[in-house]
Amino acid sequence: MYERARFLPCGDKALLVEFGNAISREANTRVRNMFLAVEKQGVTGVVDLVPTYRSVLVYYDPLRVSRQDLTEQLARLEQHLEEVPVEKPKVVEVPTVYGGEYGPDLGTVAQHNKLAPDEVVQVHAGTDYLVYMIGFTPGFPYLGGMSPKIATPRLKTPRTVIPAGSVGIAESQTGIYPLESPGGWQLIGRTPIKLFDPYREPPAILQPGDYVRFVRITDEEYRKTQAAVAAGTYQARTHLVE
Amino acid sequence: MDVLEVVEPGLLTTVQDLGRYGYQRYGVPVSGAMDPFALRAANLLVGNAEGEAGLEMTLVGPKLRFLADTVIAVAGGDLGPLLDGQPVPMWSAVQVHQGSLLSFAGVRDGMRAYVALAGGIDVPRVMGSRATYTRARIGGLEGRALKAGDRLGSLLNGPARFVPRQSPELASIKYTHQHILRVVLGPQDDAFTPEGIQTFLSSKYTVTPQSDRVGYRLQGPKVQHREKADIISDGVPFGAVQIVGDGMPIILLADRGTTGGYTKIATVISADLSQLAQAAPGDEMTFKSVTPEEGHEVLRQQEALLQRIRDQAAMGATRRFRVTVDGETYEVDAEIEGVPAGAALPPSAEAYQTTIKGKSRTYRVKVQALD
Repeated sequence: MYERARFLPCGDKALLVEFGNAISREANTRVRNMFLAVEKQGVTGVVDLVPTYRSVLVYYDPLRVSRQDLTEQLARLEQHLEEVPVEKPKVVEVPTVYGGEYGPDLGTVAQHNKLAPDEVVQVHAGTDYLVYMIGFTPGFPYLGGMSPKIATPRLKTPRTVIPAGSVGIAESQTGIYPLESPGGWQLIGRTPIKLFDPYREPPAILQPGDYVRFVRITDEEYRKTQAAVAAGTYQARTHLVE
Repeated sequence: MDVLEVVEPGLLTTVQDLGRYGYQRYGVPVSGAMDPFALRAANLLVGNAEGEAGLEMTLVGPKLRFLADTVIAVAGGDLGPLLDGQPVPMWSAVQVHQGSLLSFAGVRDGMRAYVALAGGIDVPRVMGSRATYTRARIGGLEGRALKAGDRLGSLLNGPARFVPRQSPELASIKYTHQHILRVVLGPQDDAFTPEGIQTFLSSKYTVTPQSDRVGYRLQGPKVQHREKADIISDGVPFGAVQIVGDGMPIILLADRGTTGGYTKIATVISADLSQLAQAAPGDEMTFKSVTPEEGHEVLRQQEALLQRIRDQAAMGATRRFRVTVDGETYEVDAEIEGVPAGAALPPSAEAYQTTIKGKSRTYRVKVQALD
């Protein structure tokens, strides 16, 4: 993490506020606090904010605020990031069926790591993962904290269609595909819950700073939960971090 | 009420506004017009707020049948617009009648045209915007490109009012096939060798066919990294120039992912996004480094062009009059040609009396301006 944030121009309508050059919880906490500070206190001319692992991209309207003014306002906020009130992070349970048709690559991941498929599931579902950021495509969570015991390279040939809700592994990362899309991750399971819904406010269930806990469910529970999601009666199970 | 029907959809015709801001934090791409300047101009020409939804058409335009009288404007790339077979002036408000057919003869200049419709296109707002993002089927008409048989309405209540606005300055724009784009270096310009930056700023790059609303992939001299082409993913603005592992630039556009993991050598200034969006596969691009503040100055000059269209809109401002016809009094709103809003009326228009000959008799009319 840097001693002081760097303010880097990103064209003439955005400013990158960078807190570090590595993935760390400390830098990510500063990102979140800066995001909240700008959101809550309001900074003249700010149009949008994109918080990521170690930086916040601040979109601004140069007809309303100069780059210098904006930089000064943000630098002032940076002085007091520790005082930004932050909600207690929550753990969001993601019910997941592992293996079978839902996780066709569970065997590959097990073989690659010389484990039994059940052991892969135990490792994967045995950790809470920090949501560092949501990005790339709608609702896609970048999760941190996967055990190296189950790390597996991507598929040599990506699949053209991966169903929404697929849970996968790519190298030392794990993730969930919120929407149907092509992709090269090793698929080990699937969740029936909708991580992203454009007609919900906010549209994404997960927020940066939350934790994800994968909870193993049966095929039957998958179908029940899927029906509840379709009927709009499903409530994500969450609890505050102790 | 439906105002137009798609007879043929063209290559890629979508409903777009100025994009979906405020949801990038959830990973939702901004989308919106690839050439936001052209859409804003088209909207102002028909008397809309600049951010209403219009149609973006790509290279091969659609055939659209009008189901009601309305006012449109065509702006951006010249795809050869025709109304009932006759050439339509671009960058100009145009009256169209029920039954008329808008078609496009073929591209003459640029890549993308915009059609604004009086009132703006009536599709539901999704996350605050009407822009279409086809990859996740969000916004626009059912989240997809238009197809034959689709019908679209306008948000206008009542008939469209025609005010003859136009912009000869914008009509004289030629995008051509050589594009000089001004860029601000960074935020990862330190990931490149000085030679790499020199190569980027002094070479010609060609737009490849692997180019769409997400990004343009360019071909040309390899830009040399110091070490790696990847970074820890961060936010990516419109016009960001990524240099990927093979040293080739990819310019990210309206449908880009919100974040990306490749080094960004520079970002195209906002005033040049128009020129960028009008580049077609095979076109040549060169890049020139400027400061953000130089970018802001060019932006202000570009905004002045739109302001001149808004000033014409003020010409069409209405005034209230009391009109007495044979002793019956009415209050009417009327537009006085050539008089901007807020300016004094000529004394001859302030108050006068006249007679109007009807079929069977003559009416005595008294007019008095009220404000």
